[in-house]
Amino acid sequence: MVEFRMPSLGADMEAGTLVEWLVKAGDRVKRGDVVAVVETQKGAIEIEVYQAGQIEKILVDLHSKVPVGTPLAIILAEGEAKPAAAVPAPPAPLPPTIPAPVIAPTAPPWRPVAAPVPPTAPAAAVHAASPAARKLAAERGIDLSTIAGSGPGGAITYADVERVSTVPAAAPPEKRKVPTLDFTAMRTAIAAAMARSKREIPHYYLDHQIDVTACEQWLAGKNATLPPDNRILMGALALKAVALAARRFPAFNGFYRDNKFEPSQAVHVGVAIAIRGGGLTAPALHDVDRLPLDELMARMRDLIQRTRAGRIRSSEIADPTITVSSLGERGVEALYGIIYPPQVAIVGLGKVLTRPWVVDGAIVPRSVVTITLSGDHRVTDGHAGALFLAEIGKLMQEPDKL
Amino acid sequence: MTAVADKPHLTREHMLDLLKQMIRIRRFEDKCAELYTQEKIRGFLHLYDGEEAIAVGIIPALEKRDRLVTTYREHGQALVRGVPMAAVMAEMYGKQEGCSRGRGGSMHLFDSAINFYGGNAIVGGGLPLAVGLALADKMQGNDLVTACFFGDGAVAEGEFHESLNLAALWSLPVLFVCENNLYAMGTALARAQAETDIQKKAACYRIAAEAIDGMDVIGVEAAARRAIHAVRHTRKPYFLECQTYRLRAHSMFDAQLYRDKAEVDAWRHKEPIVRFQAWLEANHMIHPDDVPRMEAEIDAEIAEAVTFAEAGTWEPVEQLARFTYAEGALPTSR
Amino acid sequence: MQQEAVQQQPVQAGSIETTYREAVREAIRDAIKRDDRVFLMGEDVGRYGGSYAVTKGLLAEFGPERIRDTPLSESGFTGAGIGAAMAGMRPIVEVMTVNFSLLALDQILNTAATVRHMSGNQFGVPLVIRMATGAGRQLAAQHSHSLEGWYAHIPGIKVLTPATLEDARGMLWTALQDPDPVLIFENVMLYNMTGKLAANAGPVNIDRAAVRRAGRDVSLITYGGSLWKTLEAATTLAAEGIDAEVIDLRTLRPLDDATIMASVAKTRHVVIVDEGWRSGSLAAEVGMRIIEQAFWALDAPIGRVCSEEVPIPYPRHLENAAIPQADKIIAAAKAVLGRA
Repeated sequence: MVEFRMPSLGADMEAGTLVEWLVKAGDRVKRGDVVAVVETQKGAIEIEVYQAGQIEKILVDLHSKVPVGTPLAIILAEGEAKPAAAVPAPPAPLPPTIPAPVIAPTAPPWRPVAAPVPPTAPAAAVHAASPAARKLAAERGIDLSTIAGSGPGGAITYADVERVSTVPAAAPPEKRKVPTLDFTAMRTAIAAAMARSKREIPHYYLDHQIDVTACEQWLAGKNATLPPDNRILMGALALKAVALAARRFPAFNGFYRDNKFEPSQAVHVGVAIAIRGGGLTAPALHDVDRLPLDELMARMRDLIQRTRAGRIRSSEIADPTITVSSLGERGVEALYGIIYPPQVAIVGLGKVLTRPWVVDGAIVPRSVVTITLSGDHRVTDGHAGALFLAEIGKLMQEPDKL
Repeated sequence: MTAVADKPHLTREHMLDLLKQMIRIRRFEDKCAELYTQEKIRGFLHLYDGEEAIAVGIIPALEKRDRLVTTYREHGQALVRGVPMAAVMAEMYGKQEGCSRGRGGSMHLFDSAINFYGGNAIVGGGLPLAVGLALADKMQGNDLVTACFFGDGAVAEGEFHESLNLAALWSLPVLFVCENNLYAMGTALARAQAETDIQKKAACYRIAAEAIDGMDVIGVEAAARRAIHAVRHTRKPYFLECQTYRLRAHSMFDAQLYRDKAEVDAWRHKEPIVRFQAWLEANHMIHPDDVPRMEAEIDAEIAEAVTFAEAGTWEPVEQLARFTYAEGALPTSR
Repeated sequence: MQQEAVQQQPVQAGSIETTYREAVREAIRDAIKRDDRVFLMGEDVGRYGGSYAVTKGLLAEFGPERIRDTPLSESGFTGAGIGAAMAGMRPIVEVMTVNFSLLALDQILNTAATVRHMSGNQFGVPLVIRMATGAGRQLAAQHSHSLEGWYAHIPGIKVLTPATLEDARGMLWTALQDPDPVLIFENVMLYNMTGKLAANAGPVNIDRAAVRRAGRDVSLITYGGSLWKTLEAATTLAAEGIDAEVIDLRTLRPLDDATIMASVAKTRHVVIVDEGWRSGSLAAEVGMRIIEQAFWALDAPIGRVCSEEVPIPYPRHLENAAIPQADKIIAAAKAVLGRA
């Protein structure tokens, strides 16, 4: 028993429509006999049978379009008995369609896991940089947003990146591809320094609340005229005020070494900077008492970015004569720091909060910040500290003079 | 075949051989049709039914060292020439045991061992090639003959005229064989040619030419021997127009809208196997069991060829780029 | 003028003053003398002496069997060349210009390029086809094409573009030894070019690009008739402080990726100069390969100087404007360096 199937007649024939049977059940056929006519895209084509025998059963009705390979008829070979089960099984039912899984609308949206980003500033603006420049910047840990491009359309070129990058002082040469800060080593160093500080320096703590509304108002006015990249932050005002106060109260600005205190002529304010990934360092801004505010702000920005990129100089690490620490907007009301030896003081700045305040006998909302002093009691005492803090508060009432 | 005489040897043995060769082609083509409907053979399939007398009459008159160029309707020529049937079938299947490594299929049978320079899918594309082969033979000073088969459709192509002109101009040993089956795919000769007397066109190029009945295997053989002899010894081209008919469609996927069923049936009664067998019977050169015996032998050979092809293997995909260029040649980049 | 000598024989003291045309002629003479299988055929190569006078005198020297005049039958005689090659000869088919080669495209693509692969390695076609190519003689649209980039698209053949005297002299023999079809494109503007050639100049390789001028700032990648315009542009650029490296591709198929990428790695800036029309040009292929293989080395987008997308016009000023020129190359180089 043989199935006579819809033949393939051409490379691009997928199906055919039976339009005429030239034989019926019971007819005898031999090889080469034309048994049916099939309509195709090219026209009606006669199809022939390749087996000899007798048509047992026609399986497909006329005018049905069936794919190539579909059984059209059963042919019994000469002398073959009719099959006991006369009817061939109907085509197997198609497997039930599996309904597409419904995605629950309340499923939490997929959040991309933040890839470990080399310590560069977040890409606020995308700068056109050539592939070569990008690769070099990534290798050297340079933030592209800090570079002005000289290529076509202001794009950053390889040469631009080369020009701004310097060899990292602390980085061992083998680690060129990796940011130059090794956090494990850094934290070990911090641990040692802080332990020593607490062991050796008798700390005392003072806090003082400063009305910084005047600062805010002054900043709002000043910053309205400045482009975003140049706007001055409250922190700069605080640094300047601390520096000026340190000039007036030199006992808080210097080093305690060999059992004696050496005041510093210059005021280099260490700025505590947290580094993504768990590092912490407090490099110096030099001569803060003498810097105009906008320049102080620019240098502060630069220092922070370079610090986060691992590009600080050893002089910056060694030079602070007093340190200011602030957790900024994500901080707390008051921050009590641990003095970095051999310095003798650390000023902490809390968050600016709106508090009820008494002004001219009335209760009004004012922006208030808590400023703290951790002092080395070998050099100063609470009385001096109070005066120091009061001076800072006074200076910050006249921001235009900072 | 070594010594060429003008008259064929009309021995019974030779007659039966001619008949068997034709039946062998016919049954092979029939099997190919069947396999094509089962999708074992894919692409295009062009069958030789009705034209067998031409291949069978001409090719055995060539020598083994002579050269052949053919068309995409070349199964008959390949088989008569001696490409093993199993290799042809495997090639049709696309298996790497095929005569072209499976890469050519039905239209591109090649066999360098027997100087079979291919089927060719470009109508008229083989004629310049044949001219070139003959040019090489002329320059090398041998007496080889290049037989070039093509159809009436090729006559319209510029390459036909360029090639005939070159062959005549340079006096090249080409036997041009035009298998005029009256249709170029679906276009009847009268609708394509202002002058339908094809051999006349060759005569215009001063090539010795004749038209013969391509359905008469004896007549074809006689003409072929004369022509090949002439080419071999005069070193000039010869043009043989063989008038024939294609019993099947142009290819498998052809509704034959361009010709009458009555016309096809009329030719079916004149086709070479029917005609020759009748003549043999009338002349008592054939016994009743000769044809059944031949058919059984042929069917066995075909069955073996199909088995061989079925069992054949696919060329590994990693080999795809091999033989784009000769191996061991100058290093090439990708 | 030439940087790396890519000859197989060392350059000796004796050198001759000659032309590109004469170098090609000498290559043909040398091949016919050395190998009995070699012959040349094409239109007007014999009695006329060659439409560009390349084969002048060769008919008298070698006779009509070795220098064959053909009728105007590009398809016929190209196919004949293919057949002759398949049957043991080493023909040189001269198609008068690439413009007429379109009539032979079927034979080149469907027979010459395909036979080896299609026959399962039973037959090869050791054929050389020489063609003149390019614009610059005010011959108008149908006689000014540069289609070598098109031919470089075809697997199964090789495509050469000799631009120097050494290459004109030396590529032919190597091509004739190749078992596969080789197309040699001779730019029409080069035939009159004069220069010095080693007296014993011989075969050169046909699968390497050459650094014609070493430089640091930008890679100018080109071939054929555009090479000399590119070198001229490089000289002008040098005076302006831009140190250009000039790469002569020499072969368009296969392309010498290694030489190209080494140059790009060094200079980081690329301009490709190609006399083909811009769209789908060989320059596009080279550019894409550079993106694939040397992306991270790039410091600027890749520049191209190609023919304008017009049929090449007849009047001189329009023809000049349509094809690459040194000033466009200079401008393109400056543009990629951001110094426009």
